[in-house]
Amino acid sequence: MIAARALTRRFGAQVALDAVSLTVAAGEYCVLLGPSGCGKTTLLNILGGFLDPTSGVLEIAGKPMTGVPAARRPTTTVFQDYALFPHMTVAANVAFGLRMRGWPRARRTARAAEMLALVGLEGAGGKRPADLSGGQKQRVALARALAVDPQVCLLDEPLGALDLGLRRAMQAELRAIQRRVGATFVHVTHDQDEAMAIADRLVVMNRGRIEDEGPPERVYRRPATRFAAAFLGETNAIPARVAGGRLATPLGDFGPAGGAEGARLVALIRPEHLRPDPDGPIRGRLREAVFQGQTRRVTVEAGGIALVARLPVAAPLAETVTLAFDPADIHCLPEEP
Amino acid sequence: MRRFALCAGYMGALYAFILLPVGVLVLFSFQDGRLPIPPFRGPTLRWHEAVLTDRRLMAALWNSAVVAAGSSAVATLLGFLAARGLATGRLAGAAAIRAALLAPLSVSYLVIGLGLLASLNLAGLGLSLWTVAIGHSVINLPLCFAICAAAMGPAVVQAERAARDLGAGEGRVMALVTAPMILPALAAAFLLSMTFSWDEFIIAFLLSRFEVTLPVEIWSLLRGGLNPKTNAVGSLVFLASALVVLAAELALLRRKG
Repeated sequence: MIAARALTRRFGAQVALDAVSLTVAAGEYCVLLGPSGCGKTTLLNILGGFLDPTSGVLEIAGKPMTGVPAARRPTTTVFQDYALFPHMTVAANVAFGLRMRGWPRARRTARAAEMLALVGLEGAGGKRPADLSGGQKQRVALARALAVDPQVCLLDEPLGALDLGLRRAMQAELRAIQRRVGATFVHVTHDQDEAMAIADRLVVMNRGRIEDEGPPERVYRRPATRFAAAFLGETNAIPARVAGGRLATPLGDFGPAGGAEGARLVALIRPEHLRPDPDGPIRGRLREAVFQGQTRRVTVEAGGIALVARLPVAAPLAETVTLAFDPADIHCLPEEP
Repeated sequence: MRRFALCAGYMGALYAFILLPVGVLVLFSFQDGRLPIPPFRGPTLRWHEAVLTDRRLMAALWNSAVVAAGSSAVATLLGFLAARGLATGRLAGAAAIRAALLAPLSVSYLVIGLGLLASLNLAGLGLSLWTVAIGHSVINLPLCFAICAAAMGPAVVQAERAARDLGAGEGRVMALVTAPMILPALAAAFLLSMTFSWDEFIIAFLLSRFEVTLPVEIWSLLRGGLNPKTNAVGSLVFLASALVVLAAELALLRRKG
């Protein structure tokens, strides 16, 4: 559905997007994740036709998009601040795109009511945007974008202004609505929990480049870069070396390893993959323990490295902690300069 | 209590200073005598009657109304388009364009009038009410631009993006989204321009010939000497201005409330 090749966008001397290539299949829910300034919004604006790439080629639905304005693209956008039309009713907002496409009034009204029902706002068509809560405005913006039956729906931090509870509820709903309408969704966020919960394809961006992309579980468990690993959640990075076909670390032998003999690596292990085990290979001194409800986050110093682990709250705590892990949970990356 | 009295006295003096000349003007338009000077001798409506039956004054009043409405409509439209262009487009040299648009504010009407007179002569255009309307559009454009530019906030720009995204062409973006969203500003710009054009003398004087606007007609009346009739026509001009300003304030307040 979307094929971007080597898209680059410069603002003066600054490179906001650096030769990004991305393909998104029809009906896929793609999430662009990254810190602010990583280029994800620039990429979304290029997809929507609000910004021209400095170089590179973009195709949507098999057609080149160079010089095609936003109005004539098969895309619609849900803006971060909703951008509803304050002087129109909710129904007129939702029907605006249909009006632009020359639909007769009766059909527009029926379609607007149908779209409002889809987003759970039956009967709100007569209200003004000013009378709605943030979550409701969000739904109207979504209904308005989907009313014209776009092939691609672009969402710019759509849940950014909502409080946490509402946000989590809306995530599930967004996902369900996307399944029902079948359009391709491209969603920009800096919230990694939101990204992993919604995405079919997760694209992690940093400094104008794609760090990693793929199914969320793969990206979380086997990230392509240190940045992708750290951005999706806390991780322990342990310097390692391949010696005799095994992984040697300051914490001891981490099991069989591939790669060239003597290669310097970084072994990544997530805190939740460390478990308390009296016979475990890692033995260290307890530095800090923080109760976090479902788990206890402990910092353990072992072999001169501070390790973070998420332990069951019931696990006993002592001066000395021994930890074990499943070698399958270790993910190695080449050492970065 | 003393402080209150002081404040009230100050406020009274201030309003007296502003309104006394107008009050005196209006009062002596009712003067039953040949000269609009004290002492005040009994009220009469004969000067007002003289104004309303003076065909030249009434023609000038109509001319003023047409010039004010026409030039204000043009100035508001141009100011709106300029404000929109500067707010939406990433124009090269936006700061220079903005400065050029606002520049007439800092030039005296006399200089603008003389400049327009020279330009019209060069262009070979004869003086008429049309040239007066052109002059008034020139002096009111900066005001209309400034009012519209202040109303073109990020919410308007973002709503325009949304409209374009949903398939609206530029004409419909302006007509269906931008103009309705900044309607109070457009109304205020139009009505304020009306009052400025209505009162304006020097440009109207320099750029008109046979058909003249009301201030120019009053000027020729004054050359015939002081007369309560000039007071009567002055009161009518003031009344019209006050009504338009009131309308402008109501237009703005209703939207806010």
